[in-house]
Amino acid sequence: MDFSYSITPIDGLFVVALSLLLGFEVIKNIPAVLHTPLMSGSNAISGIILIGGIIQLLNTTTESPWTMAAACLAVLLGTINMAGGFFVTHRMLSMFVVKRKPASGPRP
Amino acid sequence: MSMALVYLASAVGLVQGLKYMGDPARAKLGNTVAAASVVIALIAVAIAHSGPGTSGFVIALLLGLILLGTVIGKLWSDRVAMTSMPQLVSIFNALGGACAVVLGLNAVYSEGPVDSKFLGIVLILGGVFGGTAFTGSMVAYMKLDGRKLPRPVKAHKYIAQVLLLTMSVMTVAYLVLSTGTLPFPLLLLAISVAALLYGIFFTLPIGGADMPVLISLLNALTGVATLMAGLLFHDPVMLIGGILVGATGLLLTTQMCTAMNRSLGNVLAGSFRSSGAPTNEAEQDIRPITAVETASLLAFCKQVAVVPGYGMAVAQAQRECFVLQEQLRQNGVDLHFIIHPVAGRMPGHMNVLLAEANIPYASVIDMSAANGKMEYYDAVLVIGANDVVNPAAENDPASSIYGMPIIRAYKAKQVIVMKRGMAKGYSGVTNTLFDRANCKILFGDAKQSLETIINELKRI
Repeated sequence: MDFSYSITPIDGLFVVALSLLLGFEVIKNIPAVLHTPLMSGSNAISGIILIGGIIQLLNTTTESPWTMAAACLAVLLGTINMAGGFFVTHRMLSMFVVKRKPASGPRP
Repeated sequence: MSMALVYLASAVGLVQGLKYMGDPARAKLGNTVAAASVVIALIAVAIAHSGPGTSGFVIALLLGLILLGTVIGKLWSDRVAMTSMPQLVSIFNALGGACAVVLGLNAVYSEGPVDSKFLGIVLILGGVFGGTAFTGSMVAYMKLDGRKLPRPVKAHKYIAQVLLLTMSVMTVAYLVLSTGTLPFPLLLLAISVAALLYGIFFTLPIGGADMPVLISLLNALTGVATLMAGLLFHDPVMLIGGILVGATGLLLTTQMCTAMNRSLGNVLAGSFRSSGAPTNEAEQDIRPITAVETASLLAFCKQVAVVPGYGMAVAQAQRECFVLQEQLRQNGVDLHFIIHPVAGRMPGHMNVLLAEANIPYASVIDMSAANGKMEYYDAVLVIGANDVVNPAAENDPASSIYGMPIIRAYKAKQVIVMKRGMAKGYSGVTNTLFDRANCKILFGDAKQSLETIINELKRI
């Protein structure tokens, strides 16, 4: 069983185009109350760049210490970005306890 | 094949998680789903790239670093005050950008020549976006945290333009010249350094009420840098994650710009249009009011609204707002909070601050919902906000904030503006609200004034 998977540049462009449209559709109508959590949550998602660090680290040996050091740095930076982002988003969302529908304004 | 299926699950999870994050009732679930999807992808990648030949040392190193990063992230996110949320998001964003720069340079310096122009461009763009996001977010962090920075001068803008031009020229040169003419590692290093400098000079002139736009934009840049890394490593989950982040950032950027009726270019230029002749600089006719008078006025109201601005956060008066709401409820008065889309220092910042102070989500109202019914409010308290309630935005074409959607506080029966002194808002425009017959000014520290009002209400 081959457990590796990668895509060609052309596949990549397909993914870029379609997920861009998808991304806009998914988050188009987000209420203002969720803007900050959305931003910190999406910030956490961008920490997925850490995958690149993992790939580099697992493919180097101690014979090239500089490459390894740089890969380690990338892994650490990416992990803090990702973990911190998800944790803080969770903390923020725990404060929003939705009990009733939002008020629509004063009544005459 | 099985790897592809794991990746598919992860990608679907990311999109679904983001979708849930847009629904107040399921946002928490959404965050968990997105986090789980990312973790699944990380595990899959780690398994795919390790084999019998992988040394135990490297695996231990990887696990140790991930553990360390998670602990640092957790500690950091637990300790931050909600008022400092924009700072934290900026720092995390900076780390993501730095990661992109390191990855790109490391790939080139360790793996030797880049054979295709496509990959070359991917690397260059990754360096440009990652580098700008890194230093830009660091400068944004320092601004938000009130650190000392050089005063913005015209020269910063010129330096930024020269750097942008340099990066463009180098990129075009790489595209036009045949492969091998330019030493690619050196070129990438030069472009990355230029991008790091560009981030600094591009961010320096932007500040104050424009921060929400800047932070959203920097977030989008990191997303694009992640996208580029996805192309570089042929990794579809990174690609999708990067695009979703880019789309989110871009969408929030445009929404924030719309909320200020300014173009992105205008915000990035770093200053309000200086509209030449100062409009009505004449002495304003101001009617002051004391906190005690305010309390008795509020006690006879039925429906009251608070318009909070960043000044409320600076005065740390969120808690008092909550107590005021509780107290007024006992006096039979309904208190709502009306929030302008760009209030605070990042999108939605004010909502988070009110939520932290236990103010129920149900009493927080969007500007658009409140504006149509403003005349039903017996009184509106403006706490630490200025430009967002300035009627000049609606009726003075000469004003530099003309056209910006505002909260029409002036339409309420009575407006009380809490102010420290007669300083102008971020835009430096005279607030014509103060001249209105139904507007009174309560001078002093917002927190202390609120405390006095609350104590007085208890006695009524």
